[in-house]
Amino acid sequence: MNHNVTCVECDADINIPTDVMENELLACPDCGVELEVLSLNPLTVDLAPEVEEDWGE
Amino acid sequence: MIRAGIVGGSGYTGGELLRLLHFHPEVEVTQITSREHAGRYVHTVHPNMRGVSRLQFIHPDALEACDVLFLALPHRTTARNIDHYAALAPRLIDLSADFRLRDTEAYQRWYGEAHPAPEWIDRFVYGLPELNRDALRGANYASGVGCNATTLNLALYPLANAGLLERVSAELKVGSSEGGNTANAGSHHPVRSGAVRTYKATGHRHMAEVQMMLGQEVAVRFSVTAIEMIRGIHLLAHVDLNQEMSEKDIWRLYRAAYNEEPFVRLVRDRNGLHRLPEPRIVAGTNYCDIGFEMDDDGRHLVLIAALDNLGKGAAGSAVQCLNLMHNFDECAGLSFPGLYP
Repeated sequence: MNHNVTCVECDADINIPTDVMENELLACPDCGVELEVLSLNPLTVDLAPEVEEDWGE
Repeated sequence: MIRAGIVGGSGYTGGELLRLLHFHPEVEVTQITSREHAGRYVHTVHPNMRGVSRLQFIHPDALEACDVLFLALPHRTTARNIDHYAALAPRLIDLSADFRLRDTEAYQRWYGEAHPAPEWIDRFVYGLPELNRDALRGANYASGVGCNATTLNLALYPLANAGLLERVSAELKVGSSEGGNTANAGSHHPVRSGAVRTYKATGHRHMAEVQMMLGQEVAVRFSVTAIEMIRGIHLLAHVDLNQEMSEKDIWRLYRAAYNEEPFVRLVRDRNGLHRLPEPRIVAGTNYCDIGFEMDDDGRHLVLIAALDNLGKGAAGSAVQCLNLMHNFDECAGLSFPGLYP
């Protein structure tokens, strides 16, 4: 299994732990976005759903 | 171990140089000059050095030969005495504006008089390691950098280099230490404290360094506003791009330019309190933090950058130049990560 994915937000290469599980949340080391592992084979991630907040508004 | 001297050591950049060089593994500061404070211990002027350095200021006439001289003197003073300093040390790093510009006409236009030593200009390398690293390696003479210019140059360089800039309109918010350690009416506490005072809406001298490094054809405009801050510069630039780009494109561009740079960090976090660069985070360090946010139309980019005007904008870059000139570890003496909170 490929254990590198590309961040859907900033395009960073992210190394994924070999024991990653479906639905696990990961943080991108560059932009800090939370990614959810959608499937293991093929390894697919997408932006994790966020609780809306009014940060900085 | 090399012997370094600091000329004009009672100012803020002189003090910052002393702080950095004192902990540099390859450098011993053996002399530091001040006409006004000759004979006094350095901690009487730079109190953070109490119990750290036992150096005493000497009169500039007492300077002795050494391996490298840092010149932290007012503009034009260095150029008028450059032969004298060159006779004392094989390597000079001049933090003034005297040897930054390659073009004597540009110098006259921005500094209001003919250059005092034009024959020396080509011997100096502009001291911004990120854009001039190869020329600085092994060089004997390096200039300093303008702090505001450095913020703009580092923030805009990847876009300028890729030919993507249509127009830039920027605002720099700056701290009071940019004004140096000489009091004036504008630095008087009732005037300066709490100020949000735009002191240069157009025509700041550092434009010359921006044009020199990014190219005359790049349409950059910027204003400078003094705010309630001691150290630091905060740049906010509205950038019109000449083609549509995504935020991922910007990430790729800036990663390609700066991923290997030890002192440029990309700060554009989706989470947390500090999602974009802030001067407070880089105070006392040699870092320049750069962040961005792309507007929905893909042509309007907001760039934000922060650095310490006394650090990356002056003494930090000068020490980085020293490291390159002497083939030391480029990060030697510059590892302080700042304070938080």
